[in-house]
Amino acid sequence: MRRAYFRNNWIAALVVAPQLLIIFVFFYWPTSQALYWAFTFEQPWGGGNEWAGFENFRNLLTDDRYWHSIRVSIVYAAGATVLSMSAALILAVFADRQLRGYRAYRIGAIWPYAVAAPAVGLAFRFIFNPSAGVMSYVNEAFPGFWDPILNGDHALIMVMIAGAWKQVAYNFIFFLAGLQAIPRSLIEAGAMDGASILRRMRDIQLPLLAPTFFFVLVININDSFTDSFGIVDTMTAGGPARATNLMVYKIYVDGFRGLDYSGAAAQSIILMLLVIALTVVQFRYIERRVHYT
Amino acid sequence: MADIDIREVRKSYGKDEVIHGVNLHIANGEFVVILGPSGCGKSTLLRMIAGLEDITDGEVVIGGSVVNDLEPRYRGCAMVFQNYALYPHFNVADNIGYALKVAGVKKAERMEKVAAVARSVGLEDFLDRKPGQLSGGQRQRVAMARAIIREPGVFLFDEPLSNLDAKLRVQMRHEIRRIHSRIKATSVFVTHDQHEGMTLADRMVIMNKGTIDQVGTPAEVYRYPATIYVAGFIGSPAMNFLPGEIAADRAAVMLGDGTAIPIPAQVARNRDRQMVTLGLRPEDLTLGDAGAGTVTAQFEFYEETGAAGLYHLLIEDLPFQVLTKEARPVQEGAPVGVAFDFDKLHLFDSDSGQRIDLRTETRVMEAAQ
Repeated sequence: MRRAYFRNNWIAALVVAPQLLIIFVFFYWPTSQALYWAFTFEQPWGGGNEWAGFENFRNLLTDDRYWHSIRVSIVYAAGATVLSMSAALILAVFADRQLRGYRAYRIGAIWPYAVAAPAVGLAFRFIFNPSAGVMSYVNEAFPGFWDPILNGDHALIMVMIAGAWKQVAYNFIFFLAGLQAIPRSLIEAGAMDGASILRRMRDIQLPLLAPTFFFVLVININDSFTDSFGIVDTMTAGGPARATNLMVYKIYVDGFRGLDYSGAAAQSIILMLLVIALTVVQFRYIERRVHYT
Repeated sequence: MADIDIREVRKSYGKDEVIHGVNLHIANGEFVVILGPSGCGKSTLLRMIAGLEDITDGEVVIGGSVVNDLEPRYRGCAMVFQNYALYPHFNVADNIGYALKVAGVKKAERMEKVAAVARSVGLEDFLDRKPGQLSGGQRQRVAMARAIIREPGVFLFDEPLSNLDAKLRVQMRHEIRRIHSRIKATSVFVTHDQHEGMTLADRMVIMNKGTIDQVGTPAEVYRYPATIYVAGFIGSPAMNFLPGEIAADRAAVMLGDGTAIPIPAQVARNRDRQMVTLGLRPEDLTLGDAGAGTVTAQFEFYEETGAAGLYHLLIEDLPFQVLTKEARPVQEGAPVGVAFDFDKLHLFDSDSGQRIDLRTETRVMEAAQ
């Protein structure tokens, strides 16, 4: 790696200052505020607070509704990640074969990433609407087959599909880049060795894609824990009966609807620790099994 | 075991035709080297035999059956790639044995064969290593072993030695020759290195801009190059070229400085006033005093090659080289005589670039009279 050395440290400081400022304003400052609030009782209308110690955390961890939200979040994260990664991988494998019209197809597959989460939510709310959307035809044939408005499982599946759909584009870009980084001659060597397309995929391409796969996995799991707010808010608002009340959505509801700033801050801290822990675990135990060539 | 027949094969990328109707027959067990500069289409031709490129037009026949529409795996060819193309996540044993694994050979039998083949190329101590832990020469051996283990009818080599250093390259060259005399598979070897071609080939195929200029044994190609292009490409140092014009009345080729190079009268009569290019190999020339010899040149500088010395001269501002063992001290810019050996002249038609074969042409005309 090339490194630049600055003789004058002031210039170096000046060059990195904008970046540091952005990180400070948008990450360290809010995080430290949340941390402070999590250990105090903040008043809903401002004006004074009271030291609480671990009281906020104790309240949360003894609350069944909070544990329910954690469970729902884990199911959502697992479902959305598996769904979006497998869909993206299949699409990328097709794009990598460079059949006719793959350029247009590639652009089409990347596009969803440019759509804002609430817009995705609205679009899927229409598609999955049991009485007006596309699914209403299915319901007409099989009454009661699909009802995300009343059925919590249906609602969670619906949110998962919408979240996965949005993430597919991002995963697709990485999978396609990863597949195209595999030297063509390796695949040709596989062909000469007698392996069929599927066999080459299994023995050569997928193992060599493992580093990309791991990276995408970490990003997807983290993303499904922290970035699912827009979809839940537009599609279900956490319902029905809190069936889609993901941790990140509950923070918003408790903080800004319930005006429980301290409880919401404590939830943010827990979510942050959870994401950090997940990332560490993935790096410690999965990365080792990935061959970096 | 299989022979290869290439019939009027063409390759186009969009509107650009890169191979213009090539015909070539490679006999069973023969070692053929396709030689040419980068971009002449030699690798493309090889990849069309392998099945890695579509054939735009014409036919490739291996062992009697047309293989144009067959997948690589049904063609019975093994290939050694330029960058080795080893599977980085497999160890050496798995790399060598992959073809057998795909073919469904049982593990015990497979490992036995892998061990035998690895021993034959000197890799028995490296079976557990990953390709990343091997040197260039060892990787090359793995690539060879991977091809050998399949016992293919046809061996294809795509510039397999170009990533090795000079010494290793010579060593691997000998090893390839040895392997070929042992397993006798039909081999097609693509390279841009004439030494590789000359030393390995039973027959050489010289390609130029998507066509075959000449097919012949290394000695034939060196002694009787069919075109100016082949003449300049084969031989090191490269052949000297001098422009001239045929004069029937003098039965000679007239050079720019008025020197007359005698040629058979029948040929001269038949090709009067034709513009020709005279080809002279540096090693077929001798130096003499200024005024002696066939032409007089200007001395530029001297290059020691060890076994002999290379004299760089100028004739009418054209560079001209003489390779000789005889030591001759000359001043820079001083005139020096160069003697031609008229038996070892090469004559080419300047327009078409084709060889004018003095002997056969004389014979043919004598027979006609």
